[in-house]
Amino acid sequence: MKDFRYLEDVTTLKLDEDKCIGCGMCEVVCPHTVFKMENPKVSIVDRDACMECGACASNCPVEAITVDPGVGCASYIIQKWIKGPDAIIECC
Amino acid sequence: MKQIPISKFETDSSASDCCGNDQQKKDCVPPLQPFTIPMVDAVDDDAPCCGPKPGPPSSPYEKPGYRLYHFVKDFAETPVGFIPRIGTSLKGSDIFGTFRARLGVSRDRYRVAPGLYCVGTPDEESPVLVTANYKLSFDSLRQELPGIDAWILVLDTRGVNVWCAAGKRTFSTEEVIRQVHGVGLDKLVSHRELILPQLGAPGISAHKVKKECGFKVIWGPVKAKDLKAFLNNGRKADTYMRQVTFSMGERMVLIPVELSLIVKPSLAILLAVFVLAGISPDIFSFSAAWFRGLNGAAAYLLGVVAGAVIVPTFLPWLPTRQFYIKGLLTGVIAGIIMILLLGSSITRLESVTLLLLATSVSSYAAMNFTGATPYTSPSGVEKEMRQGIPIQIIAVVIAIVTWVAAPFV
Repeated sequence: MKDFRYLEDVTTLKLDEDKCIGCGMCEVVCPHTVFKMENPKVSIVDRDACMECGACASNCPVEAITVDPGVGCASYIIQKWIKGPDAIIECC
Repeated sequence: MKQIPISKFETDSSASDCCGNDQQKKDCVPPLQPFTIPMVDAVDDDAPCCGPKPGPPSSPYEKPGYRLYHFVKDFAETPVGFIPRIGTSLKGSDIFGTFRARLGVSRDRYRVAPGLYCVGTPDEESPVLVTANYKLSFDSLRQELPGIDAWILVLDTRGVNVWCAAGKRTFSTEEVIRQVHGVGLDKLVSHRELILPQLGAPGISAHKVKKECGFKVIWGPVKAKDLKAFLNNGRKADTYMRQVTFSMGERMVLIPVELSLIVKPSLAILLAVFVLAGISPDIFSFSAAWFRGLNGAAAYLLGVVAGAVIVPTFLPWLPTRQFYIKGLLTGVIAGIIMILLLGSSITRLESVTLLLLATSVSSYAAMNFTGATPYTSPSGVEKEMRQGIPIQIIAVVIAIVTWVAAPFV
């Protein structure tokens, strides 16, 4: 997957290292090896590979990770622009 | 664990052999105990023998009001009831079904019933594999399981694959818990582990699953084809099993669905192209609508091909990371080729129109492909759309103006 790089400095991914307990679950679930366990805590080693799928955040037992997960699909985003961020959108 | 005895129902040797010899009769009637009452032999002594030989009797596993899936071989008797045992090889109808789904034909109805299945002869210590009820997901899992004894827990993801269902939150913590409780998994297996495909992780909180139903989530490989190695590896996914890939084959297989999604808007756009083509100094010319319209339609379709076929296929080799720019480039090239082919049969204004139309359509179609890739972040897509859409709109507006103006100059 290293052949495919998308835009840099866009991801909403944030890691609160104070909260991290070093369980390594984020490293396991990330499909783009964004995280690496560096004992005793995890760190973000490839931030721009993040596709904001949200797997790390939903599997972090101490909520040390936040990310705005979403659908990276153009028609979804257009509908969100038109109908507002809270609208329920049928898409993809 | 006990398997259902498969005993052939004894046929009366004195029965008529009007419609077949002993060999054919042997192929005929094997009803199984737990599901059926004994079957009456199909043919009476004095029945007239006409027409072709009747087909085989209904499967003993069929029940009124239900349809038996062709991939169910038989049923395993377990403490939680009879569990369908499924085959691991795909039949012609599965492959045809995959083909149809890939073309986008009734893709949303291509599902299997959620719940518990099994492969091989699993027992209380066998692994539990969790998947989605999209038939393509189910098939790609079961075809990797020859020689493996396992339980398969199919979640109700509304017929959507694991990755997309996790994004839509139908492959979810709640659904895992609901199915685990619903099938009584704790009465079936002695261990407390579920193996989930890693791409389901966006929808699942492993620690919540553990808390709510006592089962620990083990994240399996991204691809079903690595499952065997994963199971033999002490249920540990190597780095390569945890990463998504996006090879040319994986990209091209997505193209037909992308195309099927734009058929409807395309019909409306093509109608508009033909109508606008007819506007002439004599108010409306049907011959102009037809002949100029054909050129416009061809430019539109070329744009679709450039953006929705060429861009996905050659994705890593096209310059820039923004999809809309990749689409602009392929669109410009497609447009120029078309203008060169048409030569002097079109005016200069018309060639501007065709170029802009092919380019903007290609750019938009390419931008839409971001939704099908496994590496574009929504924040990134939104950022490039803020740049791309204004450019596409300006190109289309100029195209419409030049298209309508061309007959008047």
